[in-house]
Parts: sequence; C-alpha cells; structure tokens
Amino acid sequence: MSGRDTDWDGVRLHVVTGKGGTGKTTVAASLALALAAGGRKVLLTEVEGRQGIAQLFDCPPLPYEERKVAVAPDGGDVYALAVDPEEAMLEYLEMFYNLKRAGKALTKLGLIDFATTIAPGLRDVLLTGKASEAVRRRDKGGRFVYDAVVMDAPPTGRIGRFLNVNAEVAGLAKVGPIRNHADTVMKVIRSPETAVHFVTLLEEMPVQETLDGIAELRETGLPVGGLVINMVRPPLLPEDDLTLAARDELDVEAIRMGIKAAGIEDRTAEIADALAVEAADHARRTALQEREKARLAEAHVPEYDLPLLGDGMDLAGLYELAADLRNQGAA
Amino acid sequence: MSPAPEKTSPAFCVDDLIDDPDTKIIVCCGSGGVGKTTTAAAVGVRAAERGRDVVVLTVDPARRLAQALGLTELDNTPRLVEGVDGELYAMMLDMKRTFDEIVEAHADPERARQILANPFYQSLSSSLSGTQEYMAMEKLGQLHRSGDWDLIIVDTPPSRSALDFLDAPERMGRFLDGRLIKILMAPAKAGGRFGLKVVTAGFSMFTNAITKVLGGQLLKDVQTFVLAFDTMFGGFRERAEQTYRLLQAPGTAFLVVAAPEPDALREASYFIERLAEERMPLAGLVVNRVHRSDASELSAVRSQAAAETLEDRGTHPLAAALLRLHAERMQVTARETRLQESFTSSHPTVPKATVTAMAEDVHDLEGLRCIARELTGVPEEPAA
Repeated sequence: MSGRDTDWDGVRLHVVTGKGGTGKTTVAASLALALAAGGRKVLLTEVEGRQGIAQLFDCPPLPYEERKVAVAPDGGDVYALAVDPEEAMLEYLEMFYNLKRAGKALTKLGLIDFATTIAPGLRDVLLTGKASEAVRRRDKGGRFVYDAVVMDAPPTGRIGRFLNVNAEVAGLAKVGPIRNHADTVMKVIRSPETAVHFVTLLEEMPVQETLDGIAELRETGLPVGGLVINMVRPPLLPEDDLTLAARDELDVEAIRMGIKAAGIEDRTAEIADALAVEAADHARRTALQEREKARLAEAHVPEYDLPLLGDGMDLAGLYELAADLRNQGAA
Repeated sequence: MSPAPEKTSPAFCVDDLIDDPDTKIIVCCGSGGVGKTTTAAAVGVRAAERGRDVVVLTVDPARRLAQALGLTELDNTPRLVEGVDGELYAMMLDMKRTFDEIVEAHADPERARQILANPFYQSLSSSLSGTQEYMAMEKLGQLHRSGDWDLIIVDTPPSRSALDFLDAPERMGRFLDGRLIKILMAPAKAGGRFGLKVVTAGFSMFTNAITKVLGGQLLKDVQTFVLAFDTMFGGFRERAEQTYRLLQAPGTAFLVVAAPEPDALREASYFIERLAEERMPLAGLVVNRVHRSDASELSAVRSQAAAETLEDRGTHPLAAALLRLHAERMQVTARETRLQESFTSSHPTVPKATVTAMAEDVHDLEGLRCIARELTGVPEEPAA
C-alpha cells in the first residue's frame, strides 16, 4: 500500500457515471490505472455490453472472464470484465442453487433473456451484484483479491435507479432469495466502501444532468463521490485579453504586427482577423466553462480536472489521465 | 506519382430533401450525444419556413432547446412552435403514456386495468431497454396515420447504439410473441389440474427454478401479465411490422448524425451499412461540431513555431498566445479531417454536410436556422 493520502481512502468500489459523450469509460479506465499504481490490483468492469474497455485498451472483445488488460506505473495490475447479465444470471443460479444444467435449459427457452430483460430490477441486481461480489471476494489467505473495483456504470440519467436495486426489486420480491441478494448488494453500495463519481464536461446539458444525478443520489442516501471534469481546456489568454476578445475588441493591428514579427509573411491581415475570431470563440467558450464550473461548485463535491487531449484518446493518453487523477488526489 | 485518392464526399443539401413533396418522413439517427435532436429541430424549422407542414418528434431534448421549441412539458401532444414563419409543431415523447395508450386501445377496460397495474407491465413500459425506441416508432406510425402533417421528423432515442431503434420493435415483438410466453401461458390457459398434464418437462423445471430463485408470487405475476397481454400480442407484432414497412417506404429518408469522433463515426458507419441491408433510404450524413479556421493555411506546426519565436524574444505576447490557440485548433481540425476522410474512403458515395462547432449550445430559433443553413452544403462562415 502506498503511504499517500487520497480523497477516497477506504473506498473499494468506485462507480463511475456520466452523460453519454462525456468520456465516462475513459475516466473509469484511467481511474482504474491510477488506483492500481504502486503494485495494487484493480478490477475494471463494464455493464452495458459496449466493449468500450476493450477498445480503449486496444485488446480483443472481453469475454465474461476477468482478464488482465494493463499494467500500471510501478507495477500494479488492471483486470477487466465485461459483465453480461445473462452470464451473471447463470453464474448466480449455479453459485447459489447449483442449477447449472437447468440454467442451460432455461437459456434455450429464453427464460434468462426474459428474466434479465423484463423482471424489474433483476438485471441491475445481477450487474451490481457482480461488482459487489468482486469487492468482497477474498483469497485463501483471507485477503481481498482486488484492492479496488471500478465500475463503468450506466449514464447519469439512470444511475440512481441502477444503484438503488433494493427499491427496484421491492416491486418484484418482498421476500425470498432475490430480495436477500439485493439486500447484500445494497449493503455494499450504501457502505463507506463505495463512492459514485460523476464525469461531466463544462457544457450545459452534462452539467445539468450531473447536478440532477447528485441530488438524486443524495435523496436516496447513496454515496456521492467526486466530480471529474473532463476535457477541460485551460484559457490560453490572460483575463483582460479574454474580455476584449469576447467583445471583438482585440487590437487586430497589433496581432498582425506580432505574426509578422514571428516570420509569417503572407496574408497577415486575413490571418490576424481569423486569429481574432478564434480568440472570440475561445473567450465565449471560456466564459461558458466558468459559468458551468460555478454551477458545479454548488454541489460541494471534490473536483478533478482532466485536460482535453489534442490528439484524441489512446493508451498513452489513459496513462496521462491516470497520472492527473493521482496528482489531484483522486487515487 | 499516382493521383491522390479521392477523399471528398458529395455534398448533402437539406433543401433537396425537404423541398421534395414526396419526402414524408425524416429519421435522424446516430449515437448518443452527437446532436441528433438539434439537427432534427433545425431541419424542422427550415422545412416549415419553406412551406411544409411539419411536426418534429423529439425524445429527451436539452432544456434550452426544448424551451426554444416552446416545449415546456412532456405531454405527448404536438404543439405549435411560435416564432416560426410557417407551420412547425413539436412534441416530446412520453414513452409510458404512449405504451399505456396502446394497451387501452387494444384491450377491454377491465383487462387494460389489470395490465396497467401489473408490476411487469410497469417495468416493461418504463425501463425495458428498447421500449423507448419501440414507442418512438409507434408514435411515428400514429403521426403518419393521422395525416395531419405532410412532413414528420423523428429524433431517435439516445440509445447506447444507433442500431437499437431498428432492432427494438422486432425484438420486442419477438419477445412478446415468443415460445417462452406460450409456455408461460399454457397452465394459466388450460387452468387447474388439467394444466399440469399438458405442460412440458421444460416448464416444470422452469417453474421450479423460478419459484426457487424468485419466489412463487413472481410466477403468478408473470402469468397474470402474460395472460392479460395475450390479446395484444398479435397487435404488437403487426404494428412493429407496419412501422418497419413505413421505414422502408419511398417517402422516408434517414439522416445519419455524427460528431467528428471515432466512436460516433464508427456508429454512423454501422448504421449506414445496416440501412443498406434493410433497404432503407439514406439521405446523407451530418457531422456536427466540426472545428474550422479561416486561417487554415497556417498549420499547427508553423503556428506553434511562430508562437515560440515570439515567446523566446519576449515580444508580442497577445500574438503569441493567439498563435498557440490557433495551433491547438489546427491540431483538432487535422484530427477531425483525418477521421472524416477515413469515413469517406469507406463510404465514398454518402452525401455529407458538416456543421460548425459553436461555443454555446443552441438555445433559440435563430441558432437552429444557422445550423439548417449549414445543412444546405454551403459552409457557414464563423460569426464575423
């Protein structure tokens, strides 16, 4: 174990949610890498059958099996698992009821498909159940198999319902084995060992959904974790220039002189105009980011900024983001 | 030297599509978060202002966009959009209500009441993945049959995959009409002890397992649900098939929407291939949020170098900062161009329009008009 203090010491289940397009899977993967750093073992799970993890780590589609996908800095391991509800159901039947053969027959009949699609909450119990099982799993020596589990969870709009499996299952089973299973899962999710992190962009809709999501979790007593602000573009201009740029009042002649001095000879007037337009755009974007950041601050949740990677997302980028998360104390 | 490979797509012009009176339905599809709703709304505004009677069916629009369209509540009813120079109606889909209405239309009142109260129905109608897609298509069918509009624009639900909404109706039809359901119904239908004789070995194993795992009450709920739903199955399948045929009909056009990101373009690719397989007519690809520059002759590398020159000398700090900003933008532009080119080389005949990235979300009709102008194939100059 590292001797560093992080904001989430003691948390072993990190649930990562975010609106579509905010980079939820990327952040979950970076967080897994960050948590694994320094020789720890982390499981990264996905639950939506998108195979997003395999794409990020550039490996073949993940089977329903925990596979090592990456090695963290200083030698930790990231394992990954794509949780499939049908497989999880079969596993559940086998583990608790020794119903392996029946399970196969049920699959043929379409029951498993039926149960995991229609039975209220069953699908979610199975998905969250798998993660909470991994959190609690111990080896022969009684030590936890995984130091942490990171779940790439459903989007913000559905996260409250997804995690609140108890309430979901209540309509279905007031007593009985499924209910007991849901209770066990819920105990893990509600414990201080769990944190639900939100990924957002500094844009209107994702910020709104994030605030709604945080409020929803708080209402139902689910543990809100941190706020990862993704694809942050730091302002490249000083405050004064931003103000002028926003008003289209930058000194275009000074810009033209500047680019000329830098050795650009052709069409300097046009280029200076274009640069001023780009500056105005940048100023508007920066102002928007500031506004949205102020709204997020009202949620009073630890924030972590991740930069927009100019070359797009690749494996090297994941390590970069993982380092950023560590440096800010998220892991 | 061999000639450079052709990497430009034919230009998509939205006016050709909306001015054609034979275009009756436009479906905007693509993966989540690419701006489908905005595109649908923009096309709607332009079509209405060019004389069509238009209704835009949206699913989960952004708050400000909804406000721009005058949509304040989710009431499943088309509302006239004010401020448009023509007839534009807009509505937000209420998935559960649409489903309830189908049930009410297809079952007698007593049975409908039973269905609506059943926990399985409630789950099915509000959370089953695919229900939203199914209901969007159902609503499209209803709007079409009403004959009140001569152009219907649909924004597809924010599926995890663009293909979901094509598959959902069929999947749901299959599900509600499948073998399992028949087995489930066998004892309930036959009733009493006689029922036990007709059920298969598979069924008793099934009941045993489900009773063991989920409890007996659950099985009863399922059976009640299935029985009550029985009368509607035929109707469901038929409706799904009707919608499917409607999507293949000559008056329907698909607009695939994407953003210049690998995932979104990959989804767009899958979707375009799928449309071809299903013989559904593709009108074109719209790539939203494309970055541009009026100084594109100044590359990222040169701009960066120029900025460094000034910074080393400690002169012209403003120009240096702007050159860095420009270098960053050119880097993004180059990446987006690469992604689009690779898309074009695998789909060289698909007409394409691009929409400039804007600093802020669209929140009024004027913003929608600007976007629609870009969809005519003439790239909009960034605000002067």
